[in-house]
Amino acid sequence: MAVLAPPTPVRTDVVTDVGHVWWRETLTILRDPFSLIFSLLQPLVFLGLFGPLLSGLAGDGSLFGGSSLQWFLPGVVVMITMFGTSMTGSSLQFEIMTGAFERILATPLSRASLMIGRALKELTPLVVQAAIITLVAIPFGFVLHPLHVLAGLLILGIFGVGVGALSYALAIAARKTEWIFWAVQQSLLFPLLILSGMMLPLETGPGWMQVVSKFNPLTYIVDAERLLFAGSFGDVKILWGLIAALVTAAVGLWVGIRSIRKATI
Amino acid sequence: MIHTESLTRTFKVGEETIEAVRGIDLDVAEGELVAFLGPNGAGKSTTLRMLTSLLPPTSGSATVAGIDVVGRPAEVRRRIGYIGQKDGAGHNHRVWDELLMQGRFYGMGKADAAGSGEELLRTLDLEALRMRKVSSLSGGQKRRLDIALGLIHAPGLLFLDEPSTGMDPQNRANLWEHITRIREQRGTTIVLTTHYLDEADAMAERVVIIDHGTIIADDTAETLKARQAGDRLTVVVRPAEADAARAVLGAEGSELAERPDDDGTALSVRVDAASRAMPGVLARLREAGVDVVAAAARRPTLDDVFLNLTGRSLREGES
Repeated sequence: MAVLAPPTPVRTDVVTDVGHVWWRETLTILRDPFSLIFSLLQPLVFLGLFGPLLSGLAGDGSLFGGSSLQWFLPGVVVMITMFGTSMTGSSLQFEIMTGAFERILATPLSRASLMIGRALKELTPLVVQAAIITLVAIPFGFVLHPLHVLAGLLILGIFGVGVGALSYALAIAARKTEWIFWAVQQSLLFPLLILSGMMLPLETGPGWMQVVSKFNPLTYIVDAERLLFAGSFGDVKILWGLIAALVTAAVGLWVGIRSIRKATI
Repeated sequence: MIHTESLTRTFKVGEETIEAVRGIDLDVAEGELVAFLGPNGAGKSTTLRMLTSLLPPTSGSATVAGIDVVGRPAEVRRRIGYIGQKDGAGHNHRVWDELLMQGRFYGMGKADAAGSGEELLRTLDLEALRMRKVSSLSGGQKRRLDIALGLIHAPGLLFLDEPSTGMDPQNRANLWEHITRIREQRGTTIVLTTHYLDEADAMAERVVIIDHGTIIADDTAETLKARQAGDRLTVVVRPAEADAARAVLGAEGSELAERPDDDGTALSVRVDAASRAMPGVLARLREAGVDVVAAAARRPTLDDVFLNLTGRSLREGES
């Protein structure tokens, strides 16, 4: 039988790699779409059950500088981003244990693409989730500024890649003991969310909380999202949000790539 | 295809430094089928992981497919296939999706990856499982899928880490049939690790025996057995005739050994081509007045080789 020469290796760029990793992960959603439908309900529950409480709390709405829905909805979008991307590592941890991670590490995929692709997969349902809660909120007085919301989602996307990469690094660090991943993820997630003023305004809280929140990158993201969802482009706080997102992404990818290189799976 | 110079790897476990691989010098030519044989923890997998760029060496160098593993790991990965010990396919994914995406990871176009995937599904008898979730496959099916994943991009060099561990004999035979056929079709260079003696013996053209992180023997299985162990001829004699038998056997060969047997004493001696030497030896024993109760000629196994080299049996390590 004739011997076939091995094909010449093909070089791929990072963007192509990211696309491939993202698609591999997204296929799991497409093959079991029920999981997506279920996850769509979660933000609606928050909006439907938490929102009215805030309105009641605010009374005239002065606490939120206008409509409490307008104030709260961007927070919910940030929250589902954090929930989703901070869990990037959990599916990875499963694949570290079963062996798929090692197989993928042995392919020529760039290391950054492994993390970005996975984080983007967690962000994919988010776009659908955000669209749905936004549409649902319109009849209740939410004013939609499509371009601003898109810009907001872009900043969230950059930020989410950073959070996803950190979660990825955490999964590698905790690869031998699964519960550590969840312990760290949970004990960081909620303080970060609360101390960003996402659920309740920090202005009414004690001074120390306001000081701590200044060191929380999520605070700048939440502020920027609120301004964008309210239809503003001119505020310098939006720039701060973008910077916080970029810094988080850069730090996350740096930490993540380092942990892949150093890990002896 | 592969060239290494004093490749070493140490691991730190707490205060202790473990030398997993201590100075491996190896050359593998294109088209070879090489098996790394050794007990668990001998450093076989660690060596393989360094050659596949999954683990940086502590010192020494390795060139794989003409490329420096430390300097350009990504380029090495482009040119090789790797099938690890655990399940390569993601448990939450579908068989076909994993196969197609693996091809895409190596930069193959959609049509190429699909074509190669279809062929592998056929060859590896996986067609009926195309849209099955990987977690629902049996162990043997998962292993065949691993092989398909490692071959989708038709690599010129394929590494397999314990490819048949945990498989039943029939599945092992099937697996080897597939690997052999693919090698015939493509001329793939194959490096694998195993702790199954019979597998290394039957399949590999070259056996590299690794123990305590170093290569202790490297040759064809036949040569290793002939040089390191050799054939043995065993006769069982009654105790009263043992001395006469010892004298005859001592003159016939070397490494005379004995152990008690139900019928008396079993004496064994190393001779070349034992089954051919047997009639003559039996005739001379009869001349010396020895009435042989039982006789056997035995070809050596790779375990005899390992035993001879290390003083330990490879089988003892298996649980």
